[in-house]
Amino acid sequence: MERDDLIEYSLNGHHSDDEGKLIRKKIWKVTILLTAITVLEVALGAYIKQSSGAWPYVKWSFVALTLLKAGYIVMVFMHLGDEKKWLRNVVLIPYALFIMYLIFIALWEALAVGDAWMGA
Amino acid sequence: MASQSANLDTETLWGGKESPFQTSYGKLMMWFFLVSDALTFSGLLVAYGFTRHDTLEAWPIGEETFNSLPGLGHGFPLIYVALMTFILIVSSVTMVLAVEAGHRMDKKGVVKWMIATIIGGFFFLGSQAWEWSHFIHGSEFGKVELADGSQAIVKGHFGEIESFTVTEAGTHHKKGDVIKEDLMHTFQHAAEKGHINNGIIELHDGSKASIKKAKDDHLKLIIKKDGKSYTVGKEIEGKKAEDLYYSAIYSGEENRVIYGANLNKNEYGPQQYGQFFFFITGFHGFHVFSGVLINILILIGVMRGVYHKRGHYEMVEKTGLYWHFVDLVWVFVFTFFYLI
Repeated sequence: MERDDLIEYSLNGHHSDDEGKLIRKKIWKVTILLTAITVLEVALGAYIKQSSGAWPYVKWSFVALTLLKAGYIVMVFMHLGDEKKWLRNVVLIPYALFIMYLIFIALWEALAVGDAWMGA
Repeated sequence: MASQSANLDTETLWGGKESPFQTSYGKLMMWFFLVSDALTFSGLLVAYGFTRHDTLEAWPIGEETFNSLPGLGHGFPLIYVALMTFILIVSSVTMVLAVEAGHRMDKKGVVKWMIATIIGGFFFLGSQAWEWSHFIHGSEFGKVELADGSQAIVKGHFGEIESFTVTEAGTHHKKGDVIKEDLMHTFQHAAEKGHINNGIIELHDGSKASIKKAKDDHLKLIIKKDGKSYTVGKEIEGKKAEDLYYSAIYSGEENRVIYGANLNKNEYGPQQYGQFFFFITGFHGFHVFSGVLINILILIGVMRGVYHKRGHYEMVEKTGLYWHFVDLVWVFVFTFFYLI
C-alpha cells in the first residue's frame, strides 16, 4: 500500500516561519563551525610533520575533531538530535558498540601481524 | 508536535497503538539503511587501518602525496582535498536548508536549495575526477629505486625536456632528426622499461637519441623503503640527489622507476595503498553520484508539486538524510586517508 500520501507522522516535521528563522540561524552557525574545524585540520596537517614530536597529539586531535564534526552532522543536519530518544539510541548504540569492537580487534591483530612479518 | 498523534488512524500506527519511534515508516527505514551502509564504509576503513598497521614499508603521507592544485602545480599540501571537503559541507548545508524550507511548505525555497545542492554535488564529482586523474598519472619524477636498493619519492621542479636528437637511426627516425613531440610520455615510458642507458634513450622504433633537458630545481629525495645505505625518512638534496636519481633513471635497468598508480603498483607507497584509494574513494564517489541522481529525481517531484499536494516534503527530508550521510562518510575518509 502506498504509505507516503497518508497524513501521518510526516506532518510532525512542520514548523512556523519564526521557528524556521531560529533553525536557519543554527544551521549557519554549524556551517561556520564545520568550516573552521576543516581549516584547522588542514593547517595542522600541512605544518606539523609526521616525524615531529607533536605528531601523536596532532593525530589524536584529528580523530577528536572528526568525531566532533560527525556529531554535528548527525545531530543537527540529519536531525537525529530532534528525533525520539529511542530512535537515536537504536541507530547509535548498536553501531558504536560493533565498530569500537571491530577497530580494537583489527588494529590489535594488525600490529601482531606486523610483528610477525618483522620475523624477529 | 505530540498533538498530532491523537488523530492518527490505525493504518498509520502499524496496527498498534503508536508507532514505536513516532516517526514515519519511510524515514525509519532510511535510518536503518544508513546504519547498514555506515557499517560497510567502516569495514572498508578498518581494513585500510589493518593494512596500514601491518605493513613494514613507509605508508604515504597525505601532505606529500596530495599537494597539487589544477593549473598551479605543486606545493599546496592538502589544499585541494580541503576544498573538496568544503564543497561537500556547503552542499550539505544547502540540503538542510531545502529540508527546512520543506517544513514550512515553501516550495520555491525547496527548489532553490535543491538546485544549489545538485550543483555542489557535480562540483564534488568533477573534483574527484581530477583527483583520480592526477593520482593515476602521478608526478613527473616518479618513485625511484636507488643503487643501494632503497626506494625514494622525489620532490622538486622537473626541468622540461626540450628535444631528443637521433644519434642512431631506427626503422622510422633518421640520424640527426630532432624530435619535439610527446617527449614526457616517451621519456617516462622508456625510463620505466629501462630503455635509457647513460643518457641515451632508445625510442619505439629502435633508434637511439640524446636527451636535451633543462636542469631540475630543488631536487629532493625522501627515502620510503630501507636500503643498504639509506633508511626510511632520510632526505637527500642537492648535487648528490641529482646524481643518485639520474644514475637510477639512466641505468638501463627495468623497473627502477614507477610513475603514477594502477591496481598493481603505485609511486606513492605500498601496492595496497593504491587499491584502497581507488576502492574507498571510488565507493564514496559512487554514493555521491547516486545521491546527485536521487536529488535530481526528487527535485523533479518538487517542481511538479507532488509533495506539496501530499501535504508534506518528507521525501526531501529522506533524500537529505542520504546526502548528509555521504558528507559524513567523506569527513572520515578525509581524516583517515589524507590527514593521518
